[in-house]
Amino acid sequence: MPLTLQQLAFALISLVVIGSAVLVVTLRNIFHSVLFLALSFLGVAGVYLLLAADFLAAAQVLIYIGAIIVLMMFALMLTHRVMTANVIQTVGHPWLALAVAGAMLVILFGLFVFYPWDTGALPDAAPTTGIIGRQLLTRYVLPFELASIVLLVAMIGAIVLAKEDKPDDPA
Amino acid sequence: MIPLEWYLGLSAALFCTGIYGVLSRRNAISILMGIELMLNAGNINLVAFGRFLQPDVLTGHIFAVFVITVAAAEAAVGLAIVISVYRNVAHINIDEINVMKW
Repeated sequence: MPLTLQQLAFALISLVVIGSAVLVVTLRNIFHSVLFLALSFLGVAGVYLLLAADFLAAAQVLIYIGAIIVLMMFALMLTHRVMTANVIQTVGHPWLALAVAGAMLVILFGLFVFYPWDTGALPDAAPTTGIIGRQLLTRYVLPFELASIVLLVAMIGAIVLAKEDKPDDPA
Repeated sequence: MIPLEWYLGLSAALFCTGIYGVLSRRNAISILMGIELMLNAGNINLVAFGRFLQPDVLTGHIFAVFVITVAAAEAAVGLAIVISVYRNVAHINIDEINVMKW
């Protein structure tokens, strides 16, 4: 079966995503792990594009690569002594972790490979941003507002947790 | 056309990589990275199912937007906790932090 151009693109992107994800969990230098995590997120944005999810691809690049990766790099810089390459980064029994992950992989593949998915022909890719915006302000307006409260609470919580409390601080 | 199973396979592999990262690492930031990988795998699943089973409603997209929001909040709070722990015990190795396990 010859691959179409889309399938070839999917194979390449999956290779990037899985390859860099494996490097993220195996590299000893945490700083390199974070950089490969950014590459993996970029690959996931490519998968979103193949799925005709243009808004999500942009949000993935903006939020994951633009915000979360930068946040992790900041945390790494602030905890600088753990970043050196010679520190042992794994727990005492990584084989057990590998066994659990492998068993999970087998279970997941067993679940979806044998199910008869009823997927018809796909419609053409259309812009999704307008539909998402309209849905967020009509049908999903309550979760939307709740998400803003969650973000506010998380922001306040992060500031309170990371604040250095000095003993002579009146507050 | 890319079959749905390919997306599910990619997502399953990404999820299990994340599980391995969470279980095998002792550095708290690495564990957070594993969690982010798992959330991304879930998002791929949501968008793929939305595209293949309900292409015109975009419920999967909206769910994925909320997952991204919660992931950002989780990363901010998690890294704040990591920095706070580092300030108290000068390392962030999860297997050595047992102050609450007396």
